[in-house]
Amino acid sequence: MSANLITRRSLIGGIALLSLGGARALAQGFAGLGRDAEGFASVVPGRPLTFPADHGPHPDYRIEWWYLTANLTDASGNAYGVQWTLFRQAMAAGAQGDGWATPQIWMGHAAVTSATAHHAAESFARGGVGQAGVMTTPFRAWIDAWEMRGLENFDDRSVAPLDVSASSADFSYRLRLDAKQPLVLQGENGFSRKSERGQASYYYSQPYFTASGVLTIDSKEIAVTGRAWMDREYSSQPLASDQTGWDWFSLHLPDNAKLMLFRLRQKDGAHYFAGNWITADGKSEQLTPGAIDMAPTVMTEIADRRIPTSWKVSIPSRGLQIATSPLNAKSWMTTSFPYWEGPVSFTGSHSGTGYLEMTGY
Amino acid sequence: MRRALWILAVLLSHWRRHPMQFATLLIGLIAATALWSGVQALNQQARISYDRAAAAFGGTRTPMLVATNGGAFAQQLFVDLRRAGWPVSPVVEGRVQIGGRSVRLLGIEPVTMPVEASAATEIGKAGAQAFLTPPGQALIAPETLARLGLTEGATPALDDATKLPPLKLQPQLTPGVLVVDIGTAQKLLKMPDRISRLLIGSAKGPRASLGSVAGDQLRLVQPDAETDLERLTDSFHLNLTAFGLLSFFVGLFIVNSAIGLGFEQRLPMLRTLRACGVSARQLNSVLVLELVSIALVAGAIGLICGYFIAASLLPDVAASLRGLYGAQIPGQLTLKPEWWFAGLAISIVGALLAATSSLLKAVRLSLLATAQPYAWQQAQHRWLRLQGTGALLVFAAAGLALWLGDSLIAGFFVLAALLLGAALALPVILGIVLVGGERSTRRPLATWFWADSRLQLSGLSLALMALLLALAVNVGVGTMVESFSRTFTGWLDGRLASEIYLNATSEKQAVEIKTWLKTRPDVQAVLPGSRTDLQFNGAPIELLGFADHATYRDQWPLLDSTSDAWDRVRSGDGALVSEQLSLRMKLKLGDRLGVSTPTGTWPMEVVAVYADYGNPKGQIGVNIDALVKHVPDISQTRMGLRVTPAAVPALIDAIRTRFGLDGRNLADQTTVKTESLAIFNRTFAVTAALNAFTLGVAGVALLTSLLTLSNSRLPQLAPLWAIGITRRRLAGIELLKTLSVALITSLLALPLGLLVAWCLIAIVNVKAFGWRLPFHVFPLQLVQLLGVAMLASLLAALLPILKLLRMQPATLVKVFANER
Repeated sequence: MSANLITRRSLIGGIALLSLGGARALAQGFAGLGRDAEGFASVVPGRPLTFPADHGPHPDYRIEWWYLTANLTDASGNAYGVQWTLFRQAMAAGAQGDGWATPQIWMGHAAVTSATAHHAAESFARGGVGQAGVMTTPFRAWIDAWEMRGLENFDDRSVAPLDVSASSADFSYRLRLDAKQPLVLQGENGFSRKSERGQASYYYSQPYFTASGVLTIDSKEIAVTGRAWMDREYSSQPLASDQTGWDWFSLHLPDNAKLMLFRLRQKDGAHYFAGNWITADGKSEQLTPGAIDMAPTVMTEIADRRIPTSWKVSIPSRGLQIATSPLNAKSWMTTSFPYWEGPVSFTGSHSGTGYLEMTGY
Repeated sequence: MRRALWILAVLLSHWRRHPMQFATLLIGLIAATALWSGVQALNQQARISYDRAAAAFGGTRTPMLVATNGGAFAQQLFVDLRRAGWPVSPVVEGRVQIGGRSVRLLGIEPVTMPVEASAATEIGKAGAQAFLTPPGQALIAPETLARLGLTEGATPALDDATKLPPLKLQPQLTPGVLVVDIGTAQKLLKMPDRISRLLIGSAKGPRASLGSVAGDQLRLVQPDAETDLERLTDSFHLNLTAFGLLSFFVGLFIVNSAIGLGFEQRLPMLRTLRACGVSARQLNSVLVLELVSIALVAGAIGLICGYFIAASLLPDVAASLRGLYGAQIPGQLTLKPEWWFAGLAISIVGALLAATSSLLKAVRLSLLATAQPYAWQQAQHRWLRLQGTGALLVFAAAGLALWLGDSLIAGFFVLAALLLGAALALPVILGIVLVGGERSTRRPLATWFWADSRLQLSGLSLALMALLLALAVNVGVGTMVESFSRTFTGWLDGRLASEIYLNATSEKQAVEIKTWLKTRPDVQAVLPGSRTDLQFNGAPIELLGFADHATYRDQWPLLDSTSDAWDRVRSGDGALVSEQLSLRMKLKLGDRLGVSTPTGTWPMEVVAVYADYGNPKGQIGVNIDALVKHVPDISQTRMGLRVTPAAVPALIDAIRTRFGLDGRNLADQTTVKTESLAIFNRTFAVTAALNAFTLGVAGVALLTSLLTLSNSRLPQLAPLWAIGITRRRLAGIELLKTLSVALITSLLALPLGLLVAWCLIAIVNVKAFGWRLPFHVFPLQLVQLLGVAMLASLLAALLPILKLLRMQPATLVKVFANER
């Protein structure tokens, strides 16, 4: 899901970031992820993922993220969305220094969405001094006051229970996440291909979270419950150089089945499709690129861009044919790398809620 | 429209026939604009760099957290505060030695640095990646690079042999600062995991209270609307502005007399135009149009001259500001567009202001009026009375401000009122003197001499006022500078009592040197000295530690002290307080004070007050052993040596060869004194230059006034010539007249100047710098100035006199025939 960031960066990094100045300019280091990953560890098929070690950072790889989205409702049935994301980026490959010499940069994004409001915030930090980081035992991921923390009886296989919190000037939230089922591996046993030319990432998810907690939007406290989805992904060269953007869905299907699918847009118009169908009992089956069809139906104009906020999605082999619509079409992340990310609902052969993320527009 | 153009052409034809007059008008406007905008350019340049320094990396423009005890604090506090929601960014600051020169080193953390703090320096454009990843970068301003004699990309070694990252030029950076990544800075400054201060970003959001995170270790410092440098240097800039304004007005005097003459001479032309059917309104509009066009041209030239004046004075101004306040001003003049517009505007406004009386006369111009010198004199009489009343009122205001006021502005107000009042009173006083002269004589020619001088007064009075002001200010500033110079030299002798001063490159070397010095018979005493910056009542002060030694007891000039002052200092609880600090904090002998040190509050009692000229910071002098006890990590590398004077050169040579110290950290008393005096001299170089400008402009004002008068006075001289007085005699009388009025004016300027000097020393200096000087009068200087003034008057009078001497008798006859 967070590949949006990468795409965005590879597109505008070189130009826009230069003019941003200050802390923003460090993101220059994020740019050009489509280039070769010389010096960094490469992503190869067949490497087994081990836990809790792989919940922690992988400084040998250029980039990784801890990405959480939640579809929530309050007592009167109003829908909300929550996002909590932590990115790690290595400025240089090779020796990891101590303290300030650590070549790691961390970036946090947090957002809440309602039908009428969308608030986003971001934060940056250097690694090595304690301002941001991730540790496995006990599990804790943090940047500044934003935190995702393992609670008592934390289980490495389910990454639960968790306490997640973030706050900014105009919103804050604190959620408790529980999961009875273990996490699932995306792609092929965690090896997620991003192009025909070998670009890939290690990718696993916990899509079975139940969530409950409180969120505050514009000084109003709201008790919420719902479902959440966590993505973990790390790579050194996740994108091909001709890929311009990314449309990504995480959908909670009826009967506790889950669907992850994405489309990587390429300059030549031949988009790269991928996805996994995850059954209620945790079986994750990779979908072949030809099995997925995604097409925009409604375009919304945001920040001088035309963004496809409603979609038709069909996977004939699974008997799925749905139309998605956003909770708030203006779920625009006004962060240093702007992108669209927000809760959606869908109807058709299946109905439910999920999250949509779109970058590169 | 066509008609207006024709009128303009007719009006302008006058200047073609009187090019000298036109030149005078232009010179006046150019001088006024040039001096005014030159000074403004200097002020603007300085302000820009203060702003830049203040905005850069959280100067005083950014709110910040500092240690309550004024020192560095643990880096963990930064992390704790971030984790508690505080948008803080760490900064490490210290000084490093590069090739013996001390440079400020700033370690920043660009990732968390608030945008508003970094934007001013545009650090981001340097490329954060290159800045953050090895080998990193050391950002440096071009001025600093040049001063250190280094090139971009060099990796200079510090005096302790550690190396800086490659230097990277950053033109927007404040001079005198090196900026590196915080990790690098901690290493270079040997401050691992320590932080000097935390900048607070503007991001809003919930955050825990400061106390719950940091206890009482940190203190919030709110941003100042005005920077420290601005506050400190305010007086300096006010000084410059005052001079600029004075020059501007003196320039306007010239413009006024040139326009007045032009108007008088064009009266027949104006009457003819009116008679031809030009309405008064149209005539006036065209007169204004003419004036504005001339002002625009002169303003443009004036601006260019102003630029050159500013550019030539900038090095001295920059040196003064650096010497006095440690303010770093780049040597390159950069001007904002506003400056150009303001310059042109001031030229136009000035021209209109100077022409007001002439324009008013033109409005009321009677078609049939003829020249009426006597009526003019009558009007002058009324005018003088009015001026006299005005002068009395202004003097009263000055007295009131002196009595009630307690600020720098009040001080300058007293000065301005004094000068204005004196200028207004001048024609009245001259009038009284001349009436007295007229009464004292019965001889016809002498009576005519005095009466005619009186008639001339109104035409000359503006120029004489200019002369009076310029002279008075010269006397005032000259007296102040001399007083300061004398006091300062005496004070330096007392303060610089050691024969040799040295600063070891490290603590280790300092110990070695001390041990070695003990073996030298020619060294009578080693006097260690240390200084450190601490907090007192929330304000930064300097603590100066000195040894207990007869040198200080005997030689340190104290302004005020208790009888047991030195013993109390030795026991560690007595403090010598600098005059600035005692004035600022209202401290007097016997007051108790508490200074925050890393080991807690240090209680002491004020036992003496001493002069500390040239130091913008408040200073407290204490016993060095007590200082080391309270500030254990203080640098102890400085020392003064008492040596028999004859042994000084040999000892310096020995230290130089043995310990590798050079001129930057080893100097004898004479050198230190010379350097201090050089700084002092440059401080007043600008004042002196502007002083000279002002006097020059006053001279030109006198010249133009006399030229103006010489033409219009021909009708008065012609009858005298007709009754048999030779041109030679006439010229002699004219010269005598001019010189005697100038002399009276100059003599009046002397007491006025001394009064100005007293104001500067007793009010302005105390408020601006925090020190009071003894007031001295320097008779020789006064005589010199008097001579210069008379010489200027003589030169100014000479041209019209020569003209009169060479005048064809026929011309005089013609004048006689035409005018009468």
